[in-house]
Amino acid sequence: MSVTVRIPTILRTYTGGKAEVPAQGSTLSEVIADLEANHTGIAGRVLDDSGKLRRFVNVYVNDDDVRFEQGLQTPTPDGSAVSVIPAVAGG
Amino acid sequence: MALSCRECGERFGLGPIFACALCFGPLEVAYDLPAGGPRQAADLRKRIEDGPANIWRYAPLLPVPADVADKPNLNPGLTKLVKAGNLARELGVTGGLYVKDDSGNPTHSFKDRVVAIAVEAARAFGFTTLSCSSTGNLAGAVGAAAARAGFKSCVFIPHDLEAGKVVMAAVYGGDLVGIEGTYDDVNRFCSELIGDPLGEGWGFVNVNLRPYYGEGSKTLAYEICEQLGWRLPDQIVVPIASGSQLTKIDKGLKELVALGLVEDRPYKIFGAQAEGCSPVSRAFKDGHDVVRPVKPDTIAKSLAIGNPADGPYVLDIARRTGGAVEDVTDEQIVDAIRLLARTEGIFAETAGGVTVGVTRKLIESGLLDPSLTTVVLNTGDGLKTLDAVAAGPTATIRPSLEAFRAAGLAAG
Repeated sequence: MSVTVRIPTILRTYTGGKAEVPAQGSTLSEVIADLEANHTGIAGRVLDDSGKLRRFVNVYVNDDDVRFEQGLQTPTPDGSAVSVIPAVAGG
Repeated sequence: MALSCRECGERFGLGPIFACALCFGPLEVAYDLPAGGPRQAADLRKRIEDGPANIWRYAPLLPVPADVADKPNLNPGLTKLVKAGNLARELGVTGGLYVKDDSGNPTHSFKDRVVAIAVEAARAFGFTTLSCSSTGNLAGAVGAAAARAGFKSCVFIPHDLEAGKVVMAAVYGGDLVGIEGTYDDVNRFCSELIGDPLGEGWGFVNVNLRPYYGEGSKTLAYEICEQLGWRLPDQIVVPIASGSQLTKIDKGLKELVALGLVEDRPYKIFGAQAEGCSPVSRAFKDGHDVVRPVKPDTIAKSLAIGNPADGPYVLDIARRTGGAVEDVTDEQIVDAIRLLARTEGIFAETAGGVTVGVTRKLIESGLLDPSLTTVVLNTGDGLKTLDAVAAGPTATIRPSLEAFRAAGLAAG
């Protein structure tokens, strides 16, 4: 499965400044592993030491917050758009 | 002064950044506070008391230039701390009950405080356009502050907000964009816009200027303590949307203690949510330390953030101080708005109904001690959420004494 991943500014040092990169995988977990294979170090920024999503990272697959879906096991169908975004407060 | 990650402690220089490059944690302003000896504390108290009648009296404790009061801005703050004797009797509070009424700010919500600090950061970083994602109050505060300070503005709100908030956000001449979605969708949109050339040169007060913006909420803590005679309240009830305000109020109280401006004694912080958007209350009651996002459905739209970024810190603070997080139904919110209006002559927006309603519930459940000094926040003006309260004339009559007598409202 081929997907595109939107990269937040603070992770673009790992993607040579690119805001969007392609990745492979049928679940979010596989997509992150594929990102790591091509952009060494990026997984450690998104996942904590126990391999869970860090609590201040929001990840969306096609506009759906993966915390509403199946977390790292959320399916990423062919052509999906994955967004990685820092959690921000608001009002 | 520097930025420091609240999660991992990593330090960064001051700049328009908001998330830790190592762990995504939120950045906040870290100060090297002077030692709080009695002499220094007395000097600082005097300097504050002699300062302007707005938040700039606390300029030494904020990330702003020393001459901030001379620059064009809305000068918010120093709103009334109302001793609420009638409400106290109604709720059975004997230790002193106060309402911090932030509807008295220039655009009638506490948001003027946070925006005022963000505007100074925007000046410092050379931004020309101010922006934000907003549930309404912030959009109005940004529009007004931009007009006064000479910035362009373009603000983003959910498309289905209360009419009062939409007009307030639009009237100041900047651009207002309704997004088809919830606040969480708006927030996500702005986070993506910020990393795109489309958002180049824009200062988003609650995104890339958020570390500075958040500091504005500390002034609520400073004012409450000063207005109580430089004393910490025993209990304080704060509304929770993103959780930023509650988190920064705690930071402000701790700073006052560190500076020796108030005596160090225990205080409890309570968080208030609407049942229709209560992810933090849920997590508190379930004993979790992370917050599971929800899809909001409540009349308290200014608190309708389903994915509250500072939720984990609210949980930490409520537990550390011996407070709690509670929620009330829309019906209880409306009841509480009426109660506050009837007892104290304060017409709160729905968020104020949430804090007053939660205060009542916490007293009934025994979590809030009625024999202690308690401060309840009202963060906005009821005129912005008129539709929430179905209130109208007691009678409509012809202009004659007979008609008035017949209506049964006359004295005797």
